[in-house]
Amino acid sequence: MMSSNAATSDKPVWQHRTTGKQLAIWFAWLVFVAVFVACWMFISNRTEWYFVYDAPRIAADIWGRATPPRWPYLDKIWKPLWDTLNVATIGTALSLVFAVPIAFLAARNTTPSATLIRPIALLFIVTSRSINSLIWALLLVAIIGPGILAGTIAIALRSIGFVAKLLYEAIEEINLDQVEAITATGASRWQIMSYGIVPQIMPAFAGITVFRWDINIRESTVLGLVGAGGIGLQLQGSLNTLAWPQVSLILLVIFIAVVISEWISAMVRRAII
Amino acid sequence: MSEAVAQSGGRTWRKPPAIERPWLRYGLLVFTLIYLYFAVGSYDVNWARVAEGMERGWKFIKAFANPDFVSRRSDFIEGMTESIIMTVTSTVVGIMISIPVALGAASNLAPLPIYLFCRTIIAISRALHEIIVAILMVAIFGFGPLAGFITLSFATIGFLAKLLAEDIEAMDKSQAEAVKATGASWLQWINYAVQPQVMPRLIGLSMYRLDINFRESAVLGLVGAGGIGATLNTAFDRYEFDTAAAIIITIIAIVMILEYSSSIIRRWVQ
Amino acid sequence: MLKITALSKRYKTGDDALKAVSLEVPDGQVLGLIGPSGAGKSTLIRCVNRLVEPTSGSIDLNGAQLQKMGSRKLRKSRRKIGMIFQEYALVERLSVMENVLSGRLGYVGFWKSLFRKFPQSDIDEAFRLLERVGLDHMVNKRADELSGGQRQRVGIARALIQNPELLLVDEPTASLDPKTSRQIMRLICELCEERGLSAIINIHDVALAKLFVQRIVGLQAGEVVFDGAPESLDSSVLTQIYGEEDWEATSKDKASENEEADPDDVNVEPSNV
Repeated sequence: MMSSNAATSDKPVWQHRTTGKQLAIWFAWLVFVAVFVACWMFISNRTEWYFVYDAPRIAADIWGRATPPRWPYLDKIWKPLWDTLNVATIGTALSLVFAVPIAFLAARNTTPSATLIRPIALLFIVTSRSINSLIWALLLVAIIGPGILAGTIAIALRSIGFVAKLLYEAIEEINLDQVEAITATGASRWQIMSYGIVPQIMPAFAGITVFRWDINIRESTVLGLVGAGGIGLQLQGSLNTLAWPQVSLILLVIFIAVVISEWISAMVRRAII
Repeated sequence: MSEAVAQSGGRTWRKPPAIERPWLRYGLLVFTLIYLYFAVGSYDVNWARVAEGMERGWKFIKAFANPDFVSRRSDFIEGMTESIIMTVTSTVVGIMISIPVALGAASNLAPLPIYLFCRTIIAISRALHEIIVAILMVAIFGFGPLAGFITLSFATIGFLAKLLAEDIEAMDKSQAEAVKATGASWLQWINYAVQPQVMPRLIGLSMYRLDINFRESAVLGLVGAGGIGATLNTAFDRYEFDTAAAIIITIIAIVMILEYSSSIIRRWVQ
Repeated sequence: MLKITALSKRYKTGDDALKAVSLEVPDGQVLGLIGPSGAGKSTLIRCVNRLVEPTSGSIDLNGAQLQKMGSRKLRKSRRKIGMIFQEYALVERLSVMENVLSGRLGYVGFWKSLFRKFPQSDIDEAFRLLERVGLDHMVNKRADELSGGQRQRVGIARALIQNPELLLVDEPTASLDPKTSRQIMRLICELCEERGLSAIINIHDVALAKLFVQRIVGLQAGEVVFDGAPESLDSSVLTQIYGEEDWEATSKDKASENEEADPDDVNVEPSNV
């Protein structure tokens, strides 16, 4: 009654969306739900539900075995922890050496050639970013053998893309007036770079570096699982021998190390800005 | 004026150092040098092994020119499908859980006990590396994609809820007050004042997380949590570099597609 | 003496920003360039030092043909042309002194400039100019700590340390309050007089232009439509440049405002804004 009135009268009708749009949105939701259910069936088919129903008991069992942590094992952890720190720090430093030039080559406003060099730089970045540091480590362990050198290079290779991507985005966002002003003084290309561009991106650069270092601490704790050195090696060993009290101790140490590094990184970033 | 000119003549100027306190400046320098000395010294490299490896490295690079998609075809397709499905489901579930957690972790919305609870969830999720979570999940739920799915969902919460909560905390207060002033209920208020402000960012972050989850799903197989990682691990163990190259190329291609589509979607929602 | 002949600029978008503009600026003359937004004022002055590449026409500065120069020669010529910007265009993360010294970049080599090793004569001159614009107490302050008026003074010092033969000034007062605007305009005009410099000043505020400059050129849709003394700028001319408007009402208000202004408020209290 009311609706037919509204339709025939001259009063404007307000609708949030047009009918066609509304239908399209419903259809999109339908497809989405169907895809999700299909995916879920796939996972479900590959799951031993028997184990899953048993999960609470197993979790309780593991918890029982893992507590208390085996504190004396700490003595054997200091050296791997030091290695982990070095893998993250030296790896980050190494990545900067390559990431900075790549970022300048990839940024639209500093690249020497937008048609040739920029795509190559972007390809380097996406390759480095797409591949998890664990895969890089797997690869390097296969090539140069296990140890922290493989871990360090893996961390560096993964970080290049991350740092270069964020840095080139920062370069593209700089204020062009400042660059124009330096150009107008008759400065050379490199001078424009060092006076007009570098000061503008310095805070972003420092922030990105510390941020990545913090992430790398986290990443390097697990590199040992594939033989690339650090505390992950101890974790792997303890897991293989089902030494749960050692596992819990290592996880605790990793947790503390990550929290500390995150705290340091947040503090440094706050100091920069 | 002329006096002032005479005074200023010969005044020297040096760029003031970035760190003003000299003891801190030199202290940091010395500390860095000592650290580098010991850190680099701790590397115990078997150079013979490295030199031997160079040949293998070159083989691997050559493998990229001639990747082998065929010889482990069934493993390859199986692993990729599993990776993609884990990515999609875990991202969706992760987002659905992240939204309430983010609302709870925003200090301008939630009461203190809820705030602390949600922040703790976020902190734990962020501190534990995906692989470590996956190891525990495999131990508890058994091998297979379910463990990977749970791992990635959990990791998504830490990432998305944290960034979303920060965005909610930074939202424009005047809009929020205006809607509150109309007498809207709490849910209406969230729907009308908060949601429109954070929606573009939520969509952008979700797309980004989809991308991250895919990349992570490629390594979960190393610990038995499903996905392409297991096949990749086998390929490296057997020095089948051409198969490994094929897998890596596929991962890169999918990441590129994801990145490209996410940039389009982000432009579209803004 | 600057001599612009038949200068045209067509942007890639197809817009004709300048249509065969010819203009002569004798030594020591301060010229105000007025016109509506989009008339090509900014393009015109940027064509002079080729921050924007002109499409055709010639630019002759004291016998040097600027439009023909290769990049090395162009840099040499840019040293002789000082430029002052609307949003100041200071490199915000560099100190006041570094910003002023950046005006000498065209004269020192890259490595010297990178390590901030400027010749003592440049440093003396920088101190002298900072004193002249009233900022010698803020030498090591970062540019982003300064107020708008102070930043524009640094911008002026940066342009003057180039020891220019010509000053290009792009909307120097558009971002400043009325009082500071007058102080800055007065300072620019005084400095030009002291040094016998010629200048082209882009300016939106017609009343302010009439108050300070010796000659006014009106630009409309890329063409010169008025060229004469400030006194002859009446409402019919303004209509020609800007379009229909009740010019009498506004110019009367402006005129009475001008009489009230205190002419002595320049650079006695440089930090008042």
